[in-house]
Amino acid sequence: MNWKTFYAMLQRDGHVARRNLLPMLLQNLLQPMLLTFVFGRVLTSSGMMKTEYKNILLPGIMAISMVLSGIQAVAMPLIAELQFTREIEDRLLAPMETHWLAIEKIVAGMIQALVSGLVVIPAAWLMLGSGVHMSFDNLGLFAVICLLVALLSGAGGLALGCSIGQTQIGLMFSLVVAPMMMFGCAYYPWSALRFIPVLQYAVLINPLVYASEGLRGSLMPEVPHIPGLLVVGALIVMDTALLILGLKKFQQKTVS
Amino acid sequence: MGIAIRTDNLRKVYDSPPPSAARGGGFSFGPQRSGPKEKSKKKFEVVALDGITFEIHAGEIFGLLGPNGAGKSTTIGVLTTRTRPTQGRAFIGEFDVWQEQVKAKLLIGVVPQRPNLDFALTAREILLFHGAYFGQSARERARRSDELLEKFKLVDRADQNVRGFSGGMMQRLSIARAMMHDPQVLFLDEPSAGLDPQTRLLLWEIVRDYNRAGKTIVITTHYMDEADALCDRLAIIDHGRIIAQGSPRELKSSIPGGYLLRLKFDRLPGDLVADLQQLPGVTEVRGGDQPGADVYADRGGPLIGPIVNATQARGIELRDVSIAEPSLETLFLHHTGRSLRD
Repeated sequence: MNWKTFYAMLQRDGHVARRNLLPMLLQNLLQPMLLTFVFGRVLTSSGMMKTEYKNILLPGIMAISMVLSGIQAVAMPLIAELQFTREIEDRLLAPMETHWLAIEKIVAGMIQALVSGLVVIPAAWLMLGSGVHMSFDNLGLFAVICLLVALLSGAGGLALGCSIGQTQIGLMFSLVVAPMMMFGCAYYPWSALRFIPVLQYAVLINPLVYASEGLRGSLMPEVPHIPGLLVVGALIVMDTALLILGLKKFQQKTVS
Repeated sequence: MGIAIRTDNLRKVYDSPPPSAARGGGFSFGPQRSGPKEKSKKKFEVVALDGITFEIHAGEIFGLLGPNGAGKSTTIGVLTTRTRPTQGRAFIGEFDVWQEQVKAKLLIGVVPQRPNLDFALTAREILLFHGAYFGQSARERARRSDELLEKFKLVDRADQNVRGFSGGMMQRLSIARAMMHDPQVLFLDEPSAGLDPQTRLLLWEIVRDYNRAGKTIVITTHYMDEADALCDRLAIIDHGRIIAQGSPRELKSSIPGGYLLRLKFDRLPGDLVADLQQLPGVTEVRGGDQPGADVYADRGGPLIGPIVNATQARGIELRDVSIAEPSLETLFLHHTGRSLRD
Protein backbone atom coordinates (compact mmCIF):
# COMPACT_ATOMS: atom_id res chain seq x y z
CA MET A 1 0.00 0.00 0.00
CA ASN A 2 1.33 3.37 -1.05
CA TRP A 3 0.47 5.81 1.74
CA LYS A 4 2.15 8.74 0.06
CA THR A 5 -0.19 8.41 -2.89
CA PHE A 6 -3.19 7.91 -0.62
CA TYR A 7 -2.31 11.00 1.39
CA ALA A 8 -1.72 13.07 -1.76
CA MET A 9 -5.19 12.17 -3.02
CA LEU A 10 -6.72 13.05 0.32
CA GLN A 11 -4.94 16.39 0.05
CA ARG A 12 -6.33 16.88 -3.41
CA ASP A 13 -9.88 16.27 -2.19
CA GLY A 14 -9.30 18.56 0.78
CA HIS A 15 -7.95 21.24 -1.53
CA VAL A 16 -11.00 21.05 -3.79
CA ALA A 17 -13.38 20.95 -0.80
CA ARG A 18 -11.77 24.02 0.78
CA ARG A 19 -12.08 25.90 -2.47
CA ASN A 20 -15.81 25.10 -2.55
CA LEU A 21 -16.31 25.52 1.18
CA LEU A 22 -19.08 28.10 1.22
CA PRO A 23 -21.27 26.62 -1.52
CA MET A 24 -20.71 23.23 0.01
CA LEU A 25 -21.79 24.33 3.48
CA LEU A 26 -24.83 26.09 2.07
CA GLN A 27 -25.74 23.06 0.03
CA ASN A 28 -25.47 20.68 2.95
CA LEU A 29 -26.64 22.79 5.85
CA LEU A 30 -29.11 25.38 4.63
CA GLN A 31 -32.02 23.00 4.19
CA PRO A 32 -31.65 21.27 7.57
CA MET A 33 -31.21 24.64 9.25
CA LEU A 34 -34.38 25.99 7.69
CA LEU A 35 -36.22 22.88 8.83
CA THR A 36 -34.78 23.31 12.29
CA PHE A 37 -35.96 26.89 12.37
CA VAL A 38 -39.50 26.16 11.17
CA PHE A 39 -40.13 23.03 13.23
CA GLY A 40 -37.96 23.79 16.21
CA ARG A 41 -38.49 27.49 16.61
CA VAL A 42 -41.62 28.70 14.82
CA LEU A 43 -43.87 25.75 15.64
CA THR A 44 -42.66 25.35 19.22
CA SER A 45 -42.73 29.00 20.20
CA SER A 46 -46.23 29.38 18.71
CA GLY A 47 -47.34 26.52 20.94
CA MET A 48 -48.32 24.21 18.07
CA MET A 49 -45.56 21.82 19.17
CA LYS A 50 -44.29 21.04 22.64
CA THR A 51 -40.93 22.50 23.64
CA GLU A 52 -39.59 18.96 24.15
CA TYR A 53 -39.81 18.46 20.41
CA LYS A 54 -36.57 20.45 20.09
CA ASN A 55 -34.75 17.60 21.79
CA ILE A 56 -36.14 15.10 19.34
CA LEU A 57 -35.35 17.28 16.34
CA LEU A 58 -31.72 18.23 16.97
CA PRO A 59 -30.13 14.74 16.77
CA GLY A 60 -32.25 13.98 13.72
CA ILE A 61 -31.06 17.13 11.96
CA MET A 62 -27.51 16.19 12.80
CA ALA A 63 -28.01 12.71 11.33
CA ILE A 64 -29.51 14.13 8.14
CA SER A 65 -26.69 16.63 7.73
CA MET A 66 -24.01 14.01 8.23
CA VAL A 67 -25.54 11.45 5.91
CA LEU A 68 -26.37 13.97 3.20
CA SER A 69 -23.03 15.74 3.21
CA GLY A 70 -21.07 12.51 3.08
CA ILE A 71 -23.18 11.18 0.23
CA GLN A 72 -22.85 14.47 -1.62
CA ALA A 73 -19.13 14.73 -1.01
CA VAL A 74 -18.51 11.27 -2.46
CA ALA A 75 -21.28 10.60 -4.93
CA MET A 76 -21.53 13.92 -6.76
CA PRO A 77 -17.86 14.33 -7.75
CA LEU A 78 -17.65 10.62 -8.49
CA ILE A 79 -20.58 10.75 -10.89
CA ALA A 80 -18.89 13.61 -12.73
CA GLU A 81 -15.46 11.99 -12.71
CA LEU A 82 -16.74 8.67 -14.01
CA GLN A 83 -18.55 10.38 -16.88
CA PHE A 84 -17.20 10.31 -20.39
CA THR A 85 -14.56 12.89 -19.45
CA ARG A 86 -12.97 10.24 -17.24
CA GLU A 87 -11.41 12.81 -14.94
CA ILE A 88 -10.68 10.08 -12.45
CA GLU A 89 -8.30 8.30 -14.82
CA ASP A 90 -5.35 10.33 -13.59
CA ARG A 91 -5.81 8.93 -10.11
CA LEU A 92 -6.53 5.44 -11.38
CA LEU A 93 -3.11 5.50 -13.02
CA ALA A 94 -1.39 6.59 -9.81
CA PRO A 95 0.80 3.93 -8.21
CA MET A 96 -1.79 2.48 -5.84
CA GLU A 97 -4.31 -0.37 -6.14
CA THR A 98 -7.61 0.86 -7.52
CA HIS A 99 -9.70 -0.04 -4.49
CA TRP A 100 -7.58 2.24 -2.32
CA LEU A 101 -8.77 5.16 -4.41
CA ALA A 102 -12.32 4.17 -3.51
CA ILE A 103 -11.34 3.97 0.14
CA GLU A 104 -9.70 7.39 -0.10
CA LYS A 105 -12.98 8.77 -1.45
CA ILE A 106 -14.81 7.26 1.51
CA VAL A 107 -12.35 8.73 4.00
CA ALA A 108 -12.69 12.17 2.39
CA GLY A 109 -16.48 11.80 2.61
CA MET A 110 -16.27 10.75 6.24
CA ILE A 111 -14.25 13.81 7.13
CA GLN A 112 -16.81 16.08 5.47
CA ALA A 113 -19.67 14.24 7.17
CA LEU A 114 -18.04 14.64 10.58
CA VAL A 115 -17.37 18.33 10.00
CA SER A 116 -20.99 18.89 8.92
CA GLY A 117 -22.32 16.96 11.89
CA LEU A 118 -20.23 18.90 14.36
CA VAL A 119 -21.14 22.23 12.78
CA VAL A 120 -24.84 21.40 13.17
CA ILE A 121 -24.72 21.14 16.95
CA PRO A 122 -23.85 24.78 17.75
CA ALA A 123 -25.78 26.10 14.75
CA ALA A 124 -28.97 24.28 15.64
CA TRP A 125 -28.57 25.12 19.28
CA LEU A 126 -28.49 28.80 18.40
CA MET A 127 -31.46 28.46 16.13
CA LEU A 128 -33.60 26.47 18.52
CA GLY A 129 -33.21 28.91 21.40
CA SER A 130 -33.81 27.82 24.97
CA GLY A 131 -35.13 24.44 26.04
CA VAL A 132 -32.53 22.13 24.45
CA HIS A 133 -31.06 19.63 26.85
CA MET A 134 -28.07 17.80 25.46
CA SER A 135 -26.14 15.34 27.54
CA PHE A 136 -22.52 14.54 26.87
CA ASP A 137 -22.36 11.71 29.40
CA ASN A 138 -22.18 9.05 26.71
CA LEU A 139 -19.33 10.66 24.82
CA GLY A 140 -17.77 7.29 23.94
CA LEU A 141 -20.96 5.95 22.41
CA PHE A 142 -21.55 9.29 20.71
CA ALA A 143 -18.09 9.18 19.09
CA VAL A 144 -18.54 5.58 17.91
CA ILE A 145 -21.94 6.36 16.42
CA CYS A 146 -20.60 9.49 14.72
CA LEU A 147 -17.82 7.48 13.09
CA LEU A 148 -20.18 4.73 11.99
CA VAL A 149 -22.63 7.27 10.57
CA ALA A 150 -19.78 9.01 8.74
CA LEU A 151 -18.67 5.69 7.26
CA LEU A 152 -22.28 4.99 6.33
CA SER A 153 -22.50 8.21 4.37
CA GLY A 154 -19.10 7.77 2.71
CA ALA A 155 -19.71 4.16 1.69
CA GLY A 156 -23.28 4.98 0.69
CA GLY A 157 -21.98 7.83 -1.44
CA LEU A 158 -19.54 5.47 -3.15
CA ALA A 159 -22.23 2.90 -3.89
CA LEU A 160 -24.65 5.55 -5.17
CA GLY A 161 -21.99 7.43 -7.14
CA CYS A 162 -20.95 4.26 -8.96
CA SER A 163 -24.52 3.18 -9.66
CA ILE A 164 -26.06 6.14 -11.38
CA GLY A 165 -25.25 8.45 -14.27
CA GLN A 166 -25.28 12.21 -14.48
CA THR A 167 -28.76 12.28 -15.97
CA GLN A 168 -30.20 10.37 -13.03
CA ILE A 169 -29.04 12.70 -10.25
CA GLY A 170 -32.47 14.32 -9.97
CA LEU A 171 -34.05 10.91 -9.81
CA MET A 172 -31.65 9.89 -7.08
CA PHE A 173 -32.76 12.79 -4.93
CA SER A 174 -36.47 12.24 -5.36
CA LEU A 175 -36.33 8.45 -5.31
CA VAL A 176 -33.63 7.72 -2.75
CA VAL A 177 -32.71 10.77 -0.72
CA ALA A 178 -36.14 12.30 -0.12
CA PRO A 179 -37.87 9.12 1.19
CA MET A 180 -34.76 8.35 3.18
CA MET A 181 -35.03 11.70 4.94
CA MET A 182 -38.77 11.46 5.53
CA PHE A 183 -38.71 7.90 6.83
CA GLY A 184 -35.37 8.24 8.59
CA CYS A 185 -36.81 8.97 12.03
CA ALA A 186 -35.06 12.33 11.91
CA TYR A 187 -38.14 14.43 12.62
CA TYR A 188 -39.75 11.95 15.02
CA PRO A 189 -38.48 9.09 17.16
CA TRP A 190 -38.84 5.54 15.89
CA SER A 191 -41.29 4.80 18.68
CA ALA A 192 -43.68 7.38 17.17
CA LEU A 193 -44.29 4.95 14.32
CA ARG A 194 -45.75 2.30 16.62
CA PHE A 195 -49.25 3.20 15.49
CA ILE A 196 -48.39 2.10 11.96
CA PRO A 197 -46.60 -1.19 12.69
CA VAL A 198 -45.98 -2.10 9.04
CA LEU A 199 -44.20 1.17 8.48
CA GLN A 200 -42.35 0.90 11.77
CA TYR A 201 -40.67 -2.31 10.61
CA ALA A 202 -40.35 -1.27 6.98
CA VAL A 203 -38.28 1.78 7.85
CA LEU A 204 -35.69 -0.45 9.51
CA ILE A 205 -34.05 -0.96 6.11
CA ASN A 206 -33.37 2.77 6.06
CA PRO A 207 -29.88 3.40 7.43
CA LEU A 208 -30.80 6.94 8.43
CA VAL A 209 -33.10 5.45 11.11
CA TYR A 210 -30.09 4.08 12.98
CA ALA A 211 -28.15 7.31 12.53
CA SER A 212 -31.01 9.39 13.98
CA GLU A 213 -31.86 6.97 16.76
CA GLY A 214 -28.23 6.41 17.67
CA LEU A 215 -27.44 10.10 17.93
CA ARG A 216 -30.70 10.69 19.78
CA GLY A 217 -29.91 7.96 22.26
CA SER A 218 -26.39 9.19 22.93
CA LEU A 219 -27.17 12.92 23.08
CA MET A 220 -30.64 12.87 24.63
CA PRO A 221 -31.02 9.62 26.51
CA GLU A 222 -34.30 10.69 28.10
CA VAL A 223 -36.09 10.64 24.71
CA PRO A 224 -37.33 7.13 23.77
CA HIS A 225 -34.93 5.49 21.31
CA ILE A 226 -33.64 2.19 19.93
CA PRO A 227 -31.01 0.81 22.34
CA GLY A 228 -27.44 1.91 21.60
CA LEU A 229 -25.97 -1.55 21.14
CA LEU A 230 -28.63 -2.51 18.61
CA VAL A 231 -27.96 0.71 16.72
CA VAL A 232 -24.21 0.08 16.68
CA GLY A 233 -24.76 -3.47 15.46
CA ALA A 234 -27.14 -2.39 12.71
CA LEU A 235 -24.80 0.39 11.61
CA ILE A 236 -21.87 -2.03 11.40
CA VAL A 237 -23.91 -4.40 9.24
CA MET A 238 -25.09 -1.60 6.95
CA ASP A 239 -21.63 -0.04 6.71
CA THR A 240 -20.11 -3.36 5.74
CA ALA A 241 -22.78 -4.09 3.16
CA LEU A 242 -22.48 -0.65 1.56
CA LEU A 243 -18.70 -0.82 1.63
CA ILE A 244 -18.63 -4.16 -0.17
CA LEU A 245 -21.24 -3.03 -2.67
CA GLY A 246 -19.48 0.29 -3.26
CA LEU A 247 -16.05 -1.27 -3.80
CA LYS A 248 -17.48 -3.83 -6.18
CA LYS A 249 -19.33 -1.20 -8.19
CA PHE A 250 -16.26 1.01 -8.25
CA GLN A 251 -14.16 -1.80 -9.65
CA GLN A 252 -16.77 -2.47 -12.32
CA LYS A 253 -16.95 1.18 -13.28
CA THR A 254 -13.25 1.80 -13.46
CA VAL A 255 -11.83 -1.33 -15.08
CA SER A 256 -13.25 -2.45 -18.37
CA MET B 1 18.16 1.80 -18.98
CA GLY B 2 15.04 1.42 -21.04
CA ILE B 3 12.05 -0.77 -20.39
CA ALA B 4 10.81 -3.35 -22.85
CA ILE B 5 7.17 -4.34 -23.27
CA ARG B 6 5.70 -7.66 -24.26
CA THR B 7 2.23 -8.99 -24.85
CA ASP B 8 1.38 -12.62 -25.14
CA ASN B 9 -1.72 -13.64 -27.06
CA LEU B 10 -3.95 -10.91 -25.68
CA ARG B 11 -7.66 -11.40 -26.14
CA LYS B 12 -10.38 -9.07 -25.02
CA VAL B 13 -14.04 -9.85 -25.45
CA TYR B 14 -16.55 -7.33 -24.18
CA ASP B 15 -19.74 -9.08 -23.13
CA SER B 16 -21.42 -5.79 -22.32
CA PRO B 17 -20.86 -2.37 -23.83
CA PRO B 18 -17.49 -1.26 -22.44
CA PRO B 19 -17.88 1.20 -19.55
CA SER B 20 -16.25 4.10 -21.30
CA ALA B 21 -12.77 3.33 -19.96
CA ALA B 22 -10.32 3.21 -22.82
CA ARG B 23 -12.91 3.93 -25.41
CA GLY B 24 -14.80 6.79 -23.85
CA GLY B 25 -18.30 5.52 -24.55
CA GLY B 26 -21.52 6.34 -22.76
CA PHE B 27 -23.06 4.69 -19.76
CA SER B 28 -24.19 1.14 -19.70
CA PHE B 29 -27.88 1.74 -19.42
CA GLY B 30 -28.29 1.05 -23.10
CA PRO B 31 -30.87 -1.34 -24.45
CA GLN B 32 -28.29 -4.02 -25.27
CA ARG B 33 -27.98 -4.97 -21.67
CA SER B 34 -31.58 -5.68 -20.84
CA GLY B 35 -33.47 -8.63 -22.18
CA PRO B 36 -33.78 -11.41 -19.63
CA LYS B 37 -36.82 -12.48 -21.64
CA GLU B 38 -34.67 -13.49 -24.57
CA LYS B 39 -32.19 -15.61 -22.70
CA SER B 40 -31.70 -18.00 -25.56
CA LYS B 41 -30.61 -15.17 -27.82
CA LYS B 42 -26.89 -14.58 -28.12
CA LYS B 43 -25.83 -11.86 -25.73
CA PHE B 44 -23.87 -8.74 -26.59
CA GLU B 45 -20.33 -9.69 -27.53
CA VAL B 46 -17.58 -7.71 -29.14
CA VAL B 47 -14.14 -9.17 -29.79
CA ALA B 48 -11.85 -6.18 -29.39
CA LEU B 49 -8.55 -8.06 -29.32
CA ASP B 50 -8.08 -11.40 -30.97
CA GLY B 51 -4.66 -12.74 -30.03
CA ILE B 52 -2.33 -9.76 -29.98
CA THR B 53 1.32 -10.73 -29.52
CA PHE B 54 4.16 -8.29 -29.92
CA GLU B 55 7.38 -7.19 -28.34
CA ILE B 56 8.52 -3.62 -27.95
CA HIS B 57 12.24 -3.17 -27.43
CA ALA B 58 13.62 -0.95 -24.71
CA GLY B 59 14.12 2.60 -25.89
CA GLU B 60 12.29 2.43 -29.18
CA ILE B 61 9.32 4.32 -30.56
CA PHE B 62 6.71 1.73 -31.34
CA GLY B 63 3.59 2.49 -33.29
CA LEU B 64 0.22 0.79 -33.32
CA LEU B 65 -1.38 1.68 -36.58
CA GLY B 66 -4.88 0.91 -37.70
CA PRO B 67 -8.30 2.33 -38.48
CA ASN B 68 -10.79 3.40 -35.81
CA GLY B 69 -12.06 0.47 -33.80
CA ALA B 70 -9.17 -1.79 -34.75
CA GLY B 71 -8.22 -2.46 -31.12
CA LYS B 72 -5.41 0.07 -30.64
CA SER B 73 -6.90 1.77 -27.59
CA THR B 74 -7.92 -1.53 -26.03
CA THR B 75 -4.33 -2.72 -26.39
CA ILE B 76 -3.13 0.45 -24.69
CA GLY B 77 -5.86 -0.06 -22.06
CA VAL B 78 -4.54 -3.52 -21.23
CA LEU B 79 -0.93 -2.33 -21.08
CA THR B 80 -1.84 0.56 -18.78
CA THR B 81 -3.94 -1.48 -16.29
CA ARG B 82 -7.21 0.08 -17.41
CA THR B 83 -8.62 -2.88 -19.30
CA ARG B 84 -8.59 -6.44 -18.00
CA PRO B 85 -7.75 -8.89 -20.79
CA THR B 86 -10.06 -11.87 -21.22
CA GLN B 87 -7.02 -13.98 -21.95
CA GLY B 88 -3.28 -13.56 -22.38
CA ARG B 89 -0.67 -11.58 -20.53
CA ALA B 90 1.07 -8.25 -20.84
CA PHE B 91 4.40 -7.19 -19.35
CA ILE B 92 5.93 -3.79 -18.70
CA GLY B 93 9.58 -4.60 -18.15
CA GLU B 94 9.56 -7.62 -15.89
CA PHE B 95 6.19 -6.89 -14.32
CA ASP B 96 3.02 -8.63 -15.35
CA VAL B 97 0.61 -5.72 -15.72
CA TRP B 98 -2.24 -7.61 -14.03
CA GLN B 99 -0.22 -9.28 -11.30
CA GLU B 100 1.91 -6.32 -10.26
CA GLN B 101 -0.19 -3.35 -11.19
CA VAL B 102 1.41 -0.84 -8.88
CA LYS B 103 4.94 -1.60 -10.03
CA ALA B 104 3.83 -1.39 -13.64
CA LYS B 105 2.04 1.90 -13.02
CA LEU B 106 5.21 3.41 -11.56
CA LEU B 107 6.97 2.86 -14.88
CA ILE B 108 4.38 4.28 -17.23
CA GLY B 109 2.94 7.63 -18.24
CA VAL B 110 -0.24 7.75 -20.28
CA VAL B 111 -1.62 10.36 -22.65
CA PRO B 112 -5.23 9.36 -23.29
CA GLN B 113 -7.10 9.67 -26.53
CA ARG B 114 -9.33 12.34 -25.04
CA PRO B 115 -8.01 14.71 -22.40
CA ASN B 116 -9.16 13.50 -18.97
CA LEU B 117 -7.82 16.40 -16.94
CA ASP B 118 -8.94 16.97 -13.38
CA PHE B 119 -11.44 19.77 -13.98
CA ALA B 120 -11.50 20.81 -10.35
CA LEU B 121 -7.89 22.04 -10.54
CA THR B 122 -5.72 24.57 -12.33
CA ALA B 123 -3.07 23.53 -14.83
CA ARG B 124 -0.26 23.91 -12.33
CA GLU B 125 -2.17 22.05 -9.61
CA ILE B 126 -2.81 19.18 -11.99
CA LEU B 127 0.93 18.76 -12.46
CA LEU B 128 1.73 19.29 -8.77
CA PHE B 129 -0.83 16.76 -7.56
CA HIS B 130 0.18 14.30 -10.22
CA GLY B 131 3.75 14.55 -8.97
CA ALA B 132 2.51 14.06 -5.41
CA TYR B 133 0.62 10.89 -6.39
CA PHE B 134 3.94 9.56 -7.63
CA GLY B 135 5.67 10.48 -4.40
CA GLN B 136 7.77 13.40 -5.63
CA SER B 137 9.01 15.86 -3.02
CA ALA B 138 7.48 19.34 -2.92
CA ARG B 139 10.64 20.91 -4.30
CA GLU B 140 10.96 18.41 -7.14
CA ARG B 141 7.30 18.86 -8.01
CA ALA B 142 7.62 22.63 -8.19
CA ARG B 143 10.75 22.48 -10.32
CA ARG B 144 9.41 19.89 -12.72
CA SER B 145 6.01 21.56 -13.14
CA ASP B 146 7.66 24.91 -13.92
CA GLU B 147 9.86 23.20 -16.49
CA LEU B 148 6.97 21.43 -18.18
CA LEU B 149 4.67 24.45 -18.20
CA GLU B 150 7.47 26.34 -19.90
CA LYS B 151 8.18 23.57 -22.38
CA PHE B 152 4.53 23.17 -23.35
CA LYS B 153 3.93 26.92 -23.53
CA LEU B 154 1.31 26.96 -20.79
CA VAL B 155 2.96 29.42 -18.41
CA ASP B 156 0.52 32.29 -18.88
CA ARG B 157 -2.49 30.06 -18.22
CA ALA B 158 -0.84 27.97 -15.51
CA ASP B 159 -2.99 29.21 -12.66
CA GLN B 160 -6.32 29.08 -14.40
CA ASN B 161 -8.85 26.32 -14.12
CA VAL B 162 -8.48 23.98 -17.09
CA ARG B 163 -12.19 24.03 -17.86
CA GLY B 164 -11.64 27.04 -20.11
CA PHE B 165 -8.71 25.55 -22.02
CA SER B 166 -8.85 24.90 -25.75
CA GLY B 167 -8.56 21.35 -27.04
CA GLY B 168 -4.93 21.84 -28.03
CA MET B 169 -4.01 23.25 -24.63
CA MET B 170 -5.68 20.36 -22.86
CA GLN B 171 -3.80 17.95 -25.05
CA ARG B 172 -0.49 19.68 -24.29
CA LEU B 173 -1.24 19.61 -20.59
CA SER B 174 -2.15 15.91 -20.79
CA ILE B 175 1.26 15.19 -22.28
CA ALA B 176 3.01 17.37 -19.71
CA ARG B 177 1.17 15.50 -16.96
CA ALA B 178 2.19 12.12 -18.37
CA MET B 179 5.82 13.26 -18.34
CA MET B 180 5.62 14.80 -14.88
CA HIS B 181 6.90 11.74 -13.03
CA ASP B 182 9.51 11.05 -15.72
CA PRO B 183 8.17 7.59 -16.64
CA GLN B 184 10.33 5.01 -18.38
CA VAL B 185 7.53 4.25 -20.82
CA LEU B 186 5.25 6.82 -22.39
CA PHE B 187 1.96 5.77 -23.98
CA LEU B 188 0.34 8.20 -26.39
CA ASP B 189 -3.10 7.24 -27.66
CA GLU B 190 -3.83 9.15 -30.87
CA PRO B 191 -1.86 12.14 -29.63
CA SER B 192 -2.17 14.29 -32.70
CA ALA B 193 -5.88 13.91 -33.33
CA GLY B 194 -7.29 17.41 -33.33
CA LEU B 195 -3.95 19.21 -33.20
CA ASP B 196 -3.03 21.88 -35.71
CA PRO B 197 -0.04 21.10 -37.95
CA GLN B 198 2.28 23.34 -35.97
CA THR B 199 1.44 21.78 -32.62
CA ARG B 200 1.72 18.39 -34.22
CA LEU B 201 5.31 19.10 -35.22
CA LEU B 202 6.01 20.34 -31.70
CA LEU B 203 4.55 17.10 -30.36
CA TRP B 204 6.75 15.00 -32.64
CA GLU B 205 9.80 16.94 -31.53
CA ILE B 206 8.92 16.43 -27.88
CA VAL B 207 8.33 12.72 -28.41
CA ARG B 208 11.67 12.31 -30.20
CA ASP B 209 13.37 14.31 -27.47
CA TYR B 210 11.91 12.14 -24.76
CA ASN B 211 12.90 9.05 -26.66
CA ARG B 212 16.50 10.28 -26.95
CA ALA B 213 16.65 10.17 -23.16
CA GLY B 214 16.34 6.39 -23.47
CA LYS B 215 12.61 6.11 -22.86
CA THR B 216 10.32 3.67 -24.59
CA ILE B 217 7.43 5.25 -26.46
CA VAL B 218 4.24 3.55 -27.56
CA ILE B 219 2.06 5.56 -29.87
CA THR B 220 -1.21 4.76 -31.61
CA THR B 221 -2.25 6.57 -34.72
CA HIS B 222 -4.24 6.24 -37.86
CA TYR B 223 -2.04 8.73 -39.68
CA MET B 224 0.39 6.98 -41.99
CA ASP B 225 2.77 9.90 -42.17
CA GLU B 226 2.97 10.12 -38.40
CA ALA B 227 3.78 6.43 -38.04
CA ASP B 228 6.28 6.71 -40.86
CA ALA B 229 8.02 9.79 -39.52
CA LEU B 230 8.11 8.86 -35.85
CA CYS B 231 8.24 5.12 -35.31
CA ASP B 232 11.21 2.77 -35.22
CA ARG B 233 8.86 -0.18 -35.53
CA LEU B 234 5.19 -0.64 -36.18
CA ALA B 235 2.41 -3.12 -35.76
CA ILE B 236 -0.54 -2.76 -38.05
CA ILE B 237 -3.77 -3.77 -36.34
CA ASP B 238 -7.12 -4.51 -37.87
CA HIS B 239 -10.15 -6.18 -36.28
CA GLY B 240 -8.16 -6.98 -33.14
CA ARG B 241 -5.39 -8.80 -35.00
CA ILE B 242 -1.89 -7.81 -35.97
CA ILE B 243 -1.67 -8.05 -39.70
CA ALA B 244 1.92 -6.96 -40.10
CA GLN B 245 4.82 -5.72 -37.99
CA GLY B 246 8.34 -4.43 -38.52
CA SER B 247 10.14 -1.18 -39.24
CA PRO B 248 8.34 1.20 -41.61
CA ARG B 249 10.98 0.44 -44.24
CA GLU B 250 10.67 -3.33 -43.84
CA LEU B 251 6.94 -3.15 -43.97
CA LYS B 252 6.95 -1.04 -47.08
CA SER B 253 9.44 -3.24 -48.89
CA SER B 254 7.24 -6.24 -48.09
CA ILE B 255 4.68 -5.02 -50.59
CA PRO B 256 5.23 -6.99 -53.82
CA GLY B 257 5.87 -4.62 -56.65
CA GLY B 258 5.26 -1.78 -54.30
CA TYR B 259 7.12 0.86 -56.32
CA LEU B 260 5.45 2.93 -58.94
CA LEU B 261 7.58 4.63 -61.64
CA ARG B 262 5.70 7.20 -63.70
CA LEU B 263 7.40 7.88 -67.01
CA LYS B 264 6.81 10.61 -69.55
CA PHE B 265 7.95 10.44 -73.18
CA ASP B 266 7.97 12.78 -76.16
CA ARG B 267 5.50 10.56 -78.05
CA LEU B 268 3.28 7.50 -77.64
CA PRO B 269 5.38 4.53 -76.48
CA GLY B 270 3.90 1.87 -78.80
CA ASP B 271 6.07 -1.27 -78.67
CA LEU B 272 8.14 0.16 -75.82
CA VAL B 273 5.46 -1.03 -73.37
CA ALA B 274 6.25 -4.64 -74.23
CA ASP B 275 10.00 -3.95 -73.84
CA LEU B 276 9.48 -2.43 -70.40
CA GLN B 277 7.44 -5.45 -69.38
CA GLN B 278 10.54 -7.61 -69.90
CA LEU B 279 12.73 -5.60 -67.52
CA PRO B 280 13.76 -7.33 -64.28
CA GLY B 281 11.40 -6.80 -61.33
CA VAL B 282 8.59 -5.26 -63.34
CA THR B 283 5.17 -6.63 -62.50
CA GLU B 284 2.95 -4.49 -64.65
CA VAL B 285 3.18 -1.69 -67.24
CA ARG B 286 0.26 0.49 -68.15
CA GLY B 287 0.60 2.42 -71.38
CA GLY B 288 -2.53 4.21 -72.37
CA ASP B 289 -3.22 7.13 -74.69
CA GLN B 290 -0.80 9.53 -73.02
CA PRO B 291 2.82 9.78 -74.15
CA GLY B 292 3.89 8.04 -70.97
CA ALA B 293 3.68 4.82 -68.92
CA ASP B 294 3.14 3.65 -65.34
CA VAL B 295 5.57 0.93 -64.35
CA TYR B 296 4.81 -1.14 -61.25
CA ALA B 297 7.91 -2.89 -59.99
CA ASP B 298 9.59 -4.28 -56.92
CA ARG B 299 12.36 -1.72 -57.13
CA GLY B 300 12.64 1.97 -57.83
CA GLY B 301 16.00 3.63 -58.60
CA PRO B 302 17.78 0.54 -59.97
CA LEU B 303 15.26 0.34 -62.80
CA ILE B 304 16.05 3.76 -64.21
CA GLY B 305 19.17 2.64 -66.10
CA PRO B 306 17.42 -0.21 -67.95
CA ILE B 307 14.42 2.04 -68.67
CA VAL B 308 16.67 4.69 -70.23
CA ASN B 309 18.40 2.06 -72.35
CA ALA B 310 15.09 0.60 -73.52
CA THR B 311 13.66 3.99 -74.49
CA GLN B 312 16.83 4.97 -76.36
CA ALA B 313 16.81 1.68 -78.26
CA ARG B 314 13.34 2.57 -79.54
CA GLY B 315 14.39 6.13 -80.32
CA ILE B 316 12.00 7.60 -77.79
CA GLU B 317 13.01 10.50 -75.59
CA LEU B 318 12.43 10.12 -71.84
CA ARG B 319 11.15 13.46 -70.53
CA ASP B 320 10.37 12.76 -66.89
CA VAL B 321 10.57 10.01 -64.25
CA SER B 322 9.00 10.07 -60.83
CA ILE B 323 9.30 7.26 -58.31
CA ALA B 324 6.53 6.73 -55.73
CA GLU B 325 7.90 4.74 -52.80
CA PRO B 326 5.69 2.15 -51.24
CA SER B 327 3.70 3.82 -48.45
CA LEU B 328 2.03 2.39 -45.40
CA GLU B 329 -1.21 3.33 -47.05
CA THR B 330 -0.44 0.91 -49.89
CA LEU B 331 0.65 -1.64 -47.33
CA PHE B 332 -2.62 -1.45 -45.42
CA LEU B 333 -4.48 -1.69 -48.68
CA HIS B 334 -2.41 -4.68 -49.66
CA HIS B 335 -3.08 -6.54 -46.40
CA THR B 336 -6.73 -5.72 -45.87
CA GLY B 337 -8.01 -4.80 -49.28
CA ARG B 338 -9.35 -1.64 -47.65
CA SER B 339 -8.00 1.85 -47.41
CA LEU B 340 -7.13 3.14 -43.94
CA ARG B 341 -9.82 5.77 -44.20
CA ASP B 342 -12.59 3.26 -44.86
